[in-house]
Amino acid sequence: MSDVVVARNLDDALSALSDRPGATVLAGGTDLMVEINRGLRRPRQVVAVAQVPELRQWSVAGNRVVLGGGVTYTEMMAAPLAEAAPALAQAARTVGSPPIRNAGTLGGNLGTASPAGDTLPVLAALNAEVVAAGPDGERRMGLDEFVVGVKQTALRPGELIVRVEMDRPRGRQEFLKIGPRNAMVISMAGLALVADRDGRAVRCALGAVAAGIPRATQAEAWVAERIDWDNGAEVEDAVADEFGSRVAAASSPIDDHRSTAAYRRHAVAVLAARALKRAFAQGGADDV
Amino acid sequence: MSDPYTLRVNGADCEVADADIAESLLFVLRERLGLTGTKNACTEGECSSCAVLVDGVLTCSCLVLAAAAAGTEITTVEGLGDGRGGLSAVQEAFVQEGAVQCGFCTPGLIVAVHDLLEADPDPSDGDIREALSGNLCRCTGYGRILAAVHSAAAAKQRRP
Repeated sequence: MSDVVVARNLDDALSALSDRPGATVLAGGTDLMVEINRGLRRPRQVVAVAQVPELRQWSVAGNRVVLGGGVTYTEMMAAPLAEAAPALAQAARTVGSPPIRNAGTLGGNLGTASPAGDTLPVLAALNAEVVAAGPDGERRMGLDEFVVGVKQTALRPGELIVRVEMDRPRGRQEFLKIGPRNAMVISMAGLALVADRDGRAVRCALGAVAAGIPRATQAEAWVAERIDWDNGAEVEDAVADEFGSRVAAASSPIDDHRSTAAYRRHAVAVLAARALKRAFAQGGADDV
Repeated sequence: MSDPYTLRVNGADCEVADADIAESLLFVLRERLGLTGTKNACTEGECSSCAVLVDGVLTCSCLVLAAAAAGTEITTVEGLGDGRGGLSAVQEAFVQEGAVQCGFCTPGLIVAVHDLLEADPDPSDGDIREALSGNLCRCTGYGRILAAVHSAAAAKQRRP
């Protein structure tokens, strides 16, 4: 049995994984190859999925957006997909550099499940479901069920992330991230905020400030009662600042080599207030 | 060990046998195929010294598992000349503008600039900075690299 399988279609990928339940799935390589090159990881068997066309597909159906696990950051940044999931495009734009964005994929970001994975707060704010396929068929998981710890997922041996389904609400979306420069940056703090005008809801999720990808549900509920949903008036500064403090309370950051817990907590409050102001700036009710 | 596989590099089929499963495309290009134009620096995608084109897409070869690149068309800096043994417009511009100091980042930059000008024949400074944001140069300060990209764009427009 071959130790490296370069799958050319989804059936090949799934049967190769089913035959090799311990195999490592290789997508864009931007995380896995770093560990292999450093000698931190030595896979015995690899199933490479970057050449599986089914995983590169995406579609918009009604108020849902469906992305194959192999959609790259470069593809997320480009219209028309960028218009269907604007915060995902903004998050993709902050990842690495052009060659990293050409290689890295949505499924790979999920599979790595780093708290600093830039698409993950967006997926949480868009109520995404991860669809994994394996020997027993497909199963769906909410993001909080899928990411079970730092770099830990609920994926079972032999399973592959085939697609991710997420909401496409009517309203503005924002992704904001803090890092030392504008490229090649691993997030020190990240935040996604989505306005759902039909549901009269604000959804906000955080990256790089907790072991998982927390939703600021209490802050969401608090601010939803203070938005002028009917007339689209701007959010007052005092409301935005209080929202920021409440969102920061949903974080549980640590001190590490990238930042301090105190700075991260402060940054999250600033990002939340800024994202809210942008999402509910003048005209926000009309332009989506 | 991985099974023998074939890589298509600069238009030629290259057999790779007795390779370790964990070898990157960068390693195989340099150590097995002797294509040392592609440079080995960070091996974690931070510097783009190892940039190549895979099926026409700008890629860090250190982040590609070599065996998984079977079936793709790989172009390295050695494959980017004018096709007659001379320099490409981009390479010529780097020489003329003095956009090279130690030279270690240069092959990756040449590949990235080819990719940029393929997509955008007349990029602004901002476009160039964005396109080259993953290519680290620790000598030149980038000023002459920017000048070389503009110069190459102008030259390509004169004789496309």
